[in-house]
Order: sequence, then C-alpha cells, then structure tokens
Amino acid sequence: MTHPTPVLELRDVRKTYRLPHGQRLRAVDGISLRVMPGEMLGLVGESGCGKSTLGRCMLRLDDVSSGQVLFEGRDITTLSERKLRPLRPGMQMVFQNSTAALNPRRSIGDLLAEPLRVHPGPDGRRRAAATITARLHELMALVGLPASALARYPHAFSGGQRQRINIARALALSPRLVVADEPVSALDVSVQAQIVNLFAELRERLGLTYVFVAHDLAVVRQISTRVAVMYLGAIVECGGTDDVLHAPAHPYTAALIAAVPRPMVGAPPAMLLRGDVPSPVNRPAGCRFHTRCPQAQARCSAEEPQLRAIRPNHEVACHYPPGEENPPA
Amino acid sequence: MPADPVPLLDVRDLCVSVPANGSMIRLVENVSFCVNEAEIVGLVGESGSGKSVTAMALMGLIDSPGVQVSGSARFRGQELVGMAPRALRNLRGGDIAMIFQDPMTAFTPVYTIGWQIDEQIRAHERLSRRAARARTVQLLAEMGVPDPARTAQRYPHQLSGGLRQRAMIAMALSCNPTLLIADEPTTALDVTVQAQILDLLRGLRHSHGSSVLLITHDMGVVAQTCSRTLVLYSGRMAESGPTATLFARPAHPYTAALLDSIPPLYGTRPHRLPAIAGVPPTPQERPAGCAFGPRCAYVHATCLPAPPPLASIGAGQQAACVLPTEGKPLPPRATAQAMQP
Ligand SMILES: Nc1ncnc2c1ncn2[C@@H]1O[C@H](COP(=O)(O)OP(=O)(O)O)[C@@H](O)[C@H]1O
Ligand code: SF4
Ligand SMILES: [Mg+2]
Repeated sequence: MTHPTPVLELRDVRKTYRLPHGQRLRAVDGISLRVMPGEMLGLVGESGCGKSTLGRCMLRLDDVSSGQVLFEGRDITTLSERKLRPLRPGMQMVFQNSTAALNPRRSIGDLLAEPLRVHPGPDGRRRAAATITARLHELMALVGLPASALARYPHAFSGGQRQRINIARALALSPRLVVADEPVSALDVSVQAQIVNLFAELRERLGLTYVFVAHDLAVVRQISTRVAVMYLGAIVECGGTDDVLHAPAHPYTAALIAAVPRPMVGAPPAMLLRGDVPSPVNRPAGCRFHTRCPQAQARCSAEEPQLRAIRPNHEVACHYPPGEENPPA
Repeated sequence: MPADPVPLLDVRDLCVSVPANGSMIRLVENVSFCVNEAEIVGLVGESGSGKSVTAMALMGLIDSPGVQVSGSARFRGQELVGMAPRALRNLRGGDIAMIFQDPMTAFTPVYTIGWQIDEQIRAHERLSRRAARARTVQLLAEMGVPDPARTAQRYPHQLSGGLRQRAMIAMALSCNPTLLIADEPTTALDVTVQAQILDLLRGLRHSHGSSVLLITHDMGVVAQTCSRTLVLYSGRMAESGPTATLFARPAHPYTAALLDSIPPLYGTRPHRLPAIAGVPPTPQERPAGCAFGPRCAYVHATCLPAPPPLASIGAGQQAACVLPTEGKPLPPRATAQAMQP
C-alpha cells in the first residue's frame, strides 16, 4: 500500500523568541504533525498557547527556530523567498480580523486582482486582463457575493461579507492548503454559521485541505475531521474530532471542553481549573500542565510526558490518561 | 397569593435616540424589563443590538451630543431617567456598579490596583488608608485572587487578563452594590478563565446579595448564568422570559434561529448549520415592520406594516412577533442539543 504524501508535515518545529534580559519565549515548543490531503485539522487552545505562531510557521510566514516544515513533501524550512515564491500560490492564509486585512482605499476587484497580477498563471506567463476579470467573477460566485461587489470598497461591507472577501482573496490562486486563523471568532453568531458553512462548501467543491486555528470547540467540531489541542507551545492531545471531544484523554482537553458554556439550561456545571495559563517564558518543568492539573502526581512535575498513541489515531501527552490501568513505568 | 416582589430595577419603555443627518435615530426602542433582588438577568443580542447603549443609558453614561433618553428606569423606586448627574454619580460606584469587557478602562495604568480600589472605598466611606487596604485585600481574596496583599501592589498591566477582571469585580464590589451591571465581562477571556468568572458572578448573589444585569452575545453564557433573559434585536426587544423556557420553547423566530445556528458540541453534526441569511440592520436602516422580517423564515403580510407589539405567551414569556397572536406559535425546539455524547 502506498501512502499519499502529506500536504503539510512538521517535524519537531520550534519557534523561540528572544526577549530582553536573555529570556526566551518558546512560542512553539517541538511540534510534529502531518496533514493529509482533504483533511481538516482544527488547532485549539487558549490565547497565547502558540496557535497563531504555529499557523504562520506552517506557511513560512514566520521562520522556524529549528525543525522542518514540508509542503507537499518538499522541505521549505530554509528556502529563500525567491525559491518559495512559486510555491506560495499553493498555500494561503485567512486571518481573523477581516477589516485589518483589507486596504480601505482599494476596491474589492483591485484587492482580489493583486495576487493574480503578481503571480504568473499555470502556464508560467502573466495573466491577461480578461483572464483576471473572469477569475474575479468566479471568485465572487464561489464565496457567495454579487459581482457588483468588485467595484465597491471594504467599508461598504459587513464583517461577514468582508470575511467572504478575504476568503476569495486567499482562493484567488487556487491553493491546495488553506490555514485559517480564527476566521469566524470576530463574527456574530448568526453570521458565523454562514461562514462555517462556506468553508465546508468550498472544501467539497475545491478539494481543499484546511488547518483551522480556533478557540471555539463547537465551531471546531463542525469544521474539522481531526483536532490537535495545544497547551503552552506543545500538542497535548491529537486525534479524530469526536474521539478527542467526546472521550478526551488529556485532563486539559477535558477541562477545556467542560468549560465551554453550553447553550442549554441544566448542563452540568463546569469543572473549574485553577489559575491562568502560565507564561511561556517560564513554562513549568515536567508536564507543562501540571500546575493546573486536577490529577497531577509527583511524577508529573518531574518528567515530561511524550505524545504517544493510546488508540489508533489518538495521541496524548499525559502520564495518567483515563482508562489506563497500568500506566507505563 | 403573595404579591409580586418590588423589583430592584424596573425599566419601562426605555428609548435612546441620537441625532443623525437632521433627524433622530432610535438606538434603543421601548425596552422594558426588571431585575429582582439577588437575581441574574441576561441581556443578549448580536453586536449593535443596543445592549451597551441600554446599560449606559441606565447609568447616565451616554454623553454623545443631543442624546435623548425617554421612558422610565426605577431603581428601588428612584427614577434614574432624568436624574441629576450628581445624584447619579453617587449611585454609581455606590448602589450600582458597572464592569466592562476591558478592565483597562476601569483602571488607570499609573497606580497600583490596590491603591485604586482603596481610593474607591474611601470615596464612599470614611476609612483610614490602612483600613481601606485591609478591605481591598479581603475583597481581592474573596474574588479568588491568589496572594492578594502582593497582587494589590501591582500595576494593572502586570496582571493577566483573568486577574485584572477579578480585580475589576473586586473594585466594583468595594461599595457593596446591590446591582452589578456587567457588559461582556468574559468576552475577552479564555473559556477556562471565563468559567471561573461566571462562577464568581453566580456566587455574588449569595456572598454579597447582589443582583447582576449580565450583558453578553453568548447564548451559552446566558444559559449557564441567568434565571431570566431578554433578547434584543436591532435595538428592540425580540423576546424575554425565564431562560429555561426561552431555550426550550423560544417564541420569537429570531431566538429560535439564533439557537439553531450554534454548532452542537454533542450529538449529530449537521451537514450544514442552519444559518440565518443576511445581517442585522443598523438603526438607520431598520425596516418599517418587524426588524427581523427580512431574515425571518415565517415573514408574511401582517409582519410588515408596523413593529409587532410584545405579546404575552404565558409564564413570564413575551415575544414581539405576530405568530403567537395569530394562533401559529413556533413548535418547541426539535434540535435541542444533546446533553452528553
Ligand atoms: N454615541 C452613539 N452615537 C450614535 N450611534 C451610536 C452611539 N453609540 C452606539 N451607537 C449605535 O447604536 C447601536 C447599538 O449599539 P450598542 O449598544 O453598542 O450595541 P451592543 O452593545 O449590543 O453591541 C449600534 O448601531 C451603534 O453603532
Ligand atoms: S413578526 Fe413576522 S417577520 Fe417578525 S419574527 Fe414574527 S413572523 Fe417573523
Ligand atoms: Mg456592547
């Protein structure tokens, strides 16, 4: 049996920022993962846990400090910007803040045409004006906006419409991988559902592969086939969406799920975690979660648990996952 | 039958208008609700629905030129609408306190949080600096701040978001308010910290006898916290009632659609979410009849001439929709979210 090449592969990726006074902030602290074609990976965790940094490293929008990033099997970790350029159309990003991402002084048509003008077409030649215009109309239809939107400016649109425009721009060059950083979290609930549906539709129509960075677990469940849970720069649990969300093996995942305020009266009260997320500058030794973990034991503050499979396609970095009678020595 | 208790806060037909392009625009229109002693009431709606304007109007904090506030808001029988600014100021930070999404708006960056809470206490009570600080430290401890004496000596920017929010609640509670107005107090926080703060707010009823008017856009937060809920849409009340009733049998199509559009955490994952098309209208472009009409799956001729009045559904539930009065109430929610996997 031949295995398909992952669209994206990370091998022990680290991203460390140097702060004044010789301190180091380990934003991404040794992450390995593979995203297969057609997969939708949800990356969840609380603010500051390194989700956005990891997202940018995936697309080489940030350089990694160590480790390797492979896009469609090709090591892009240290490629120069010039060598990276022909690969850029294949991998695109959608950001949270739909307003900041759009220059207010340029029309939507102009904003969307830019990547099409800058990058050559599939034949290696510059795209003709008529080709670009046709593509702009296609993109509008794809994201559910009227073609008349092309002549208008960003301020004329609501938050949800601007997010559609951002998605259209990310799709302009027909990427195969889309990394979306909190693409719906700034939107109102009634609009959020529209955009969540749009992502699902686009995947079916275009065969895209997604990485979704999000903090809303219900949104992540709707949109992902697999979920990776991050805490202080590392993945602490990873697996099929409902395996992770309905049978969490890491106490942090369990706490995160329990803390989601469910839109129903009479849901069991949340199991409360103590304190806030520690600073990534001074991350706890041993298990990075042990300072807040309700079931920590002596070993947890001494020895760092490694990510290991507890079932097929379900990995956890915890010494004492539930249901394991005899934890490994 | 015992008489209804006199509500702590009784708001009737509150309207807030601002001038724009030569005419007055109603940001908030005929909002009525009450908050009883030791009760948490939720004010929910999407952004721009008028939640903050309602709260600011109650507190006399809207200072935009030409603003007009009408209707009535009685706090312990005292009329707040039209109250002299000085009297209102005494009430704020005394009997009524307010907290916001961003604690940095409540604190000055140049003083320690302890100093600021001390000052707040001393502004309302004759206390020595030392006695005030003792009270501050006690309040911080009650709010679950670890090492409160040392935390009091820190500046706002030195604290995490969760700690700042706790410190702000401590400051708000420093004068034993009977009513706490909390405007999106957990929106900027992570879920695990949000759960802690909601737990704290729920506890205030017992620990401090305070009532809370909780403003949020999150139906989950309402369900977990509020005994009664008011749903705003485009500056108007869409529906109000006991939270449990509202979630089980919403009477307004907007409430029902809003609940349905939330992706479920358990149970079957729908192929597509039942989304509401379009966006809420701004106050300027609010349509003539039902403001939800253009997005409503049930819209028909009687919805269009004028905004439907609030109709009583029973058991404290009211909805501004023509369907119940036409004998065609919405069915109970079919897609109620499963409790467990
Ligand atoms: N001072 C003001 N002048 C004019 N319009 C305002 C003012 N404050 C708020 N608005 C408008 O009033 C409406 C309700 O706003 P707001 O109460 O802030 O909504 P919410 O808190 O529900 O998000 C919005 O359309 C907003 O733009
Ligand atoms: S009044 Fe008509 S348009 Fe408005 S919510 Fe009811 S059915 Fe829908
Ligand atoms: Mg607001």
